[in-house]
Amino acid sequence: MLRYSINRILLMIPTLLGVAVLVFFLLRIVPGDIVEIKLRGDGGTVTQETIELERKRLGLDRPLINQFGTWMIDMAKLDFGNSMWTERPVVTEIAGRLELSLQVAIMATIIAVLLAIPMGTAAALFRGTWIDYTVRLVTIGGLSIPSFWFGMIIMLTLLSLFNWLPPITFTPIYVDPVANLTQLIWPALAVGYRYCAVVARMIRSSLLEVMNEDYIRTARAKGVYEKLVVSRHALRNALLPAITVIGLEFTFLIGGLVVTEQVFNLNGIGQLFVQSVSRNDFTLIQGMVMLIAAFYVFVNLAIDLLYAVFDPRIRYNS
Amino acid sequence: MTVVDADKDVRGPSAAQQEVAAPLLQVEDLHTQFHTSRGIVRAVEGVSFSVDRGEVVAIVGESGSGKSVTALSIMRLLPRLTGKIPQGRVMFDGRNLLDLDDDEMREIRGRDISMIFQEPMTSLNPILTIGLQIKEPLQIHLGMNDEQAKARAIELLNLVGITDPERRLDQYPHQFSGGMRQRVMIAIGLACNPKLIIADEPTTALDVTIQAQILELMKNLSRKLNIALVIITHNLGVVARYADRVIVMYAARVAEQGPAEQLFHKPRHPYTMGLLRSVPRLDRPRGSKLETIEGLPPNLANVTTACRFAPRCPFRIAVCDQEPPLYPTDTGSLSRCHRHAEIAEGKIVWASLGGAGLNFAANTEAPVLSVQHLTKHFAVSGGLRSAGGTVRAVEDVSFDIFPGETLGLVGESGCGKTTVGRLILRLEEPSAGEIHFEGVNLSTASAAELKAMRRKVQVIFQDPYSSLNPRMTVGQIIGEPLHVYKIVSGRKENEARVTELLGHVGLRPEMAERYPHQLSGGQRQRVGIARALAMEPSFIVCDEAVSALDVSIQGQIINLLEELQRKFRLAFLFIAHDLAVVRHISARVVVMYFGRVMEIADRDVIYSESLHPYTKVLLDAAPVPDPTLEKLREPRLIKGELPSHLAPPSGCVFNTRCPMASQECREVVPPLEEKRPGHFAACIKV
Repeated sequence: MLRYSINRILLMIPTLLGVAVLVFFLLRIVPGDIVEIKLRGDGGTVTQETIELERKRLGLDRPLINQFGTWMIDMAKLDFGNSMWTERPVVTEIAGRLELSLQVAIMATIIAVLLAIPMGTAAALFRGTWIDYTVRLVTIGGLSIPSFWFGMIIMLTLLSLFNWLPPITFTPIYVDPVANLTQLIWPALAVGYRYCAVVARMIRSSLLEVMNEDYIRTARAKGVYEKLVVSRHALRNALLPAITVIGLEFTFLIGGLVVTEQVFNLNGIGQLFVQSVSRNDFTLIQGMVMLIAAFYVFVNLAIDLLYAVFDPRIRYNS
Repeated sequence: MTVVDADKDVRGPSAAQQEVAAPLLQVEDLHTQFHTSRGIVRAVEGVSFSVDRGEVVAIVGESGSGKSVTALSIMRLLPRLTGKIPQGRVMFDGRNLLDLDDDEMREIRGRDISMIFQEPMTSLNPILTIGLQIKEPLQIHLGMNDEQAKARAIELLNLVGITDPERRLDQYPHQFSGGMRQRVMIAIGLACNPKLIIADEPTTALDVTIQAQILELMKNLSRKLNIALVIITHNLGVVARYADRVIVMYAARVAEQGPAEQLFHKPRHPYTMGLLRSVPRLDRPRGSKLETIEGLPPNLANVTTACRFAPRCPFRIAVCDQEPPLYPTDTGSLSRCHRHAEIAEGKIVWASLGGAGLNFAANTEAPVLSVQHLTKHFAVSGGLRSAGGTVRAVEDVSFDIFPGETLGLVGESGCGKTTVGRLILRLEEPSAGEIHFEGVNLSTASAAELKAMRRKVQVIFQDPYSSLNPRMTVGQIIGEPLHVYKIVSGRKENEARVTELLGHVGLRPEMAERYPHQLSGGQRQRVGIARALAMEPSFIVCDEAVSALDVSIQGQIINLLEELQRKFRLAFLFIAHDLAVVRHISARVVVMYFGRVMEIADRDVIYSESLHPYTKVLLDAAPVPDPTLEKLREPRLIKGELPSHLAPPSGCVFNTRCPMASQECREVVPPLEEKRPGHFAACIKV
């Protein structure tokens, strides 16, 4: 397993290299120029010379291949450069937002999994009864209601019922947990609903399948308590496919919450993404794409390793 | 023995007797129904039988006859939403199981009644250790702590013949072979010293040598521990070898039941008679044609009040429009046939089908297919600890097949017989060796020659359920190759040819409009045969072509294959694991083990005068449907299992399991030698 993990981590290098090439050159194909936006964005008149000077300062005048080479070398040194807009290091820019985004993602995952397992299990065990129909109704709602709209409903409800809105400034959880949670629990709920719906439906269908397996019949024939048949024999098998879904949803939440962050006025990765794209802030965009790509690859590896923990048939040897 | 009929008490014992010898299990007038969206399927109707302590009772029947449902009804393991038991009693040890609440029933399952299922590959939970799965009933029913349960689990594994039990307790099911998993299932079944074990097709998925091991084990344990055994099977040989009493089921009802000896030698129901005749027999030379029961079992969703077997029964008379009760007969068995007395008087006998036998005159023609030193190795990538290696799936196999001849290829799973078939079909590239088809060496053949060969070499697969495209009609399935190879021009001609082909395989032309799921297993296999015939082949590989079919249907398909062989002068390579079927259909037989040919001889020679110890063991392991014969012969059990393909034995591949093996066998690879004219064997001891 160790060797397998090392292999997979080494395989990340070509994957990330591919991502780097794609993002670097695609950004430069798309029309738009940070210097133009920066200096002429407010309608001010700036001479062509000033613009050229600024381009030179940012290194944008050099041949593409040189720029790419420099970026690669810097990245190898774990130096992601400075934002072209704010001039602050990319790492600093991202770090400030990542904490918030990661916390929302983790909270949403916890909410989703805690709700999805009982919901999916109950729906499968009581298939065709009102319990099943309720769960199916609730989950179909989760799939079809956009998270940001659900978020708006949450906000409006809070406002009209309690005449209260969550704080809009981010306090790290280690500074003030109450302030932190009162701010972040709502977006976590908003995105967790959809998340929970996806996972619950996955658990329902895979549990239905597992309950028809021969080994469930064997367990019953042994006189195992029905509760134990479900928890020990069925659910553990049924959760395997859900792990994949959980992992994929989790990675999506990092950086994928553009509109929801807007609704809750959260300063997260999603917001930063939109900002940097609208400003053509090449270094920042590149840094964020690389971060999220690396995140994806890591989560996928973690899922595969988790599979091996849950399922003894899977052993990564080669 | 106590037998109570649904309709009347046939030989009801007095109350006093009943107290002394109350049967362990008494099923009375059991009805089981499945409520499906397409209506009510009456899967079991009015089944009554009893099982005494320590007795071995077999329930036989074809698929859909209700034998498995009967077992699941006793255990109350029917699907919750659809399965219903509207009527009947299941008396077990003085209690009616159908009256118990769920928790009382759960306490009986696994403690007093255990069940062993057909598929050892899927019946154990893949993500739990064997140890946990064996300990579970001990902890639940007997309240053992972990230590005690572990000690008992080790004891159980020893009992069922699993070596190194302590280490194996921590392993998972996928680390066990099929036979070993079935032993684990038996260990679980025995865990709480049950009074009754119900085994549903316990050996159907296993090889014949492993089947013999498992059944001997079950029989010995049940004798030793005085456990009653109900074996559900379709294999009449297994019944003959192991059962004290037999219940024959047909279309949800008991057709006949009685002591095994009587039932096999003096059947009193036409279905039993027909069934016994349609089994190919290992112990008898081949008749000209296999006897069959024509037609199909009725659809249980709409049955009439007539005798259920009447539509297929050659002896039906007017009274057969009324469902017969179970009549007691002269032999002490019960028969659901109005004419049982006439059967007893010998007035009713199944007419032999007769027909011209296949003529196996010595072949002087050039062989249609010649295989020389065929070898196939698969590379296996290495793992963390293993260095990887080569699986020698097929090693130095040579044989000829002549026009119009059937060559049987038998062996257990993993012996390479299917790979040989795939190599001949060019679905795999051989690692070494040559295949000549009609004189053309296929490894050096041109593309055009290969294309021609692909037309003339066809295949019939095992599984008629998955080898036909479910989204194509029968007509499209058969017509597709005609179109692709431009054998016919135009739609009209294609349709005409499809109709003709359907006729050849005994299907009506309107079948062309149907989809595979609308056909029965036998009909699907006929479609598979028609598809193969469409190409006008001269050679067909039949890969386990009848293994998935019921006995009475199997006979029909074998007869069809033989008829087509005569008509079109086809050569067959008949790959199978069933020795009796191979004996019936083949002119010559090749026995393979672990990728190598062990013996080649004429059909009757290989069965009566086999030379190779493996062939002998294989023949011994296969039970014949005759209880008297089975009682006389002491089965010679082959020890052990197939060795690992990654670490093949040195010398003779069979030496690890051979009763005759000596030091020399571990050193020399025995060549395939002509020991007698036309009789080849690869053994230095004979």
